[in-house]
Amino acid sequence: MSNIMKTVAVAGAVAAALAAQASTATAQAQEKCFGVSMAGANDCAACPGTTCAGTSTVDYQGNAWTLVDAGTCAEIELPAMADGSERMGSLEALDRDLPQG
Amino acid sequence: MTTQADFRAALLDASAEIPTGLQDGAGRPAGRRYDVYRNNIATSLGDALLTGFPAVAKLLGEVNFKNLAAMYLRAAPPDSARMMYFGHGFGDFLQGFAPLAKYPYLGDVARLEFGLRESYHAADHVPVAAEALAIAPEELMAARLGLAPSLRLLRSSYPVVSLWAYNMRPGAPKPQGVAEDALILRAEFDPEPHVLAPGGADFITALQADATLGTAYEAALAQDPGFDLSPLLGLLLGANALTYLKKDTK
Repeated sequence: MSNIMKTVAVAGAVAAALAAQASTATAQAQEKCFGVSMAGANDCAACPGTTCAGTSTVDYQGNAWTLVDAGTCAEIELPAMADGSERMGSLEALDRDLPQG
Repeated sequence: MTTQADFRAALLDASAEIPTGLQDGAGRPAGRRYDVYRNNIATSLGDALLTGFPAVAKLLGEVNFKNLAAMYLRAAPPDSARMMYFGHGFGDFLQGFAPLAKYPYLGDVARLEFGLRESYHAADHVPVAAEALAIAPEELMAARLGLAPSLRLLRSSYPVVSLWAYNMRPGAPKPQGVAEDALILRAEFDPEPHVLAPGGADFITALQADATLGTAYEAALAQDPGFDLSPLLGLLLGANALTYLKKDTK
């Protein structure tokens, strides 16, 4: 594309964007996005779960991964992508961090 | 004598000895009361992650998420007193976590969610008046555009915006197996992720490097000869994402 063509393309794009902007300038205010709950990120959050139960010595149990179908990961099937690797499958339980009998 | 450092050292490690010298009100060893602190810290940081990464939590399921969060908050406890920064490495953590290798997109979904949070907390700005762009074509090509502090760009090999939307927006379609570059814009108070057409990320990257509009357009064309600037400019203007137009001062 020649420089003149590019200049024309950019000028045309700006003109089109400005025209679109003018026609939507009075669009209604954006809808609140409740899903992205930022407010909680600043909370102390110490109140819920504040018990004397203490913390288990084994906080993470490898076999908990058998519960993964609770999430939506299991619903989503992405065909093999760029690297051709398999994208689906259940999570494998870890043979680690299990409580010692 | 128990110092703060001693007290803190065992908080995130439940297998560590309880610091010596802690007493309850009656002068007896504090013992399990120390566990209350352990529990509060793990619970509050875990809740902060759950709040900050709702789409990842849905993808994994809450139980799995909490297990992962318990690992992450110990591997990378907050390095700032400001909780808004907690979790900045969660995407890398997810991507590097071997049992999740079959869900390679989780890292990018977490990065998108953290980008939304960064955008939310970013400085306010005054958007440029659209009329400022109405200048001669040659001047446009040599002009530089300022981008809002709340703008975030995330290049992804996965349908990261669709994955996010599927979990956050009722009725959103299932993600398809396409790569999506995400552009986070905050028109007013709420950040919103948008999918960029091929070349769009190159255009934004060039503007971020203070390239002229002409150079940025060429960068987008190099990626996709069919790149159409108009929708992207419309998106940037419509979301108040441009802060200035600076003409070339020769």
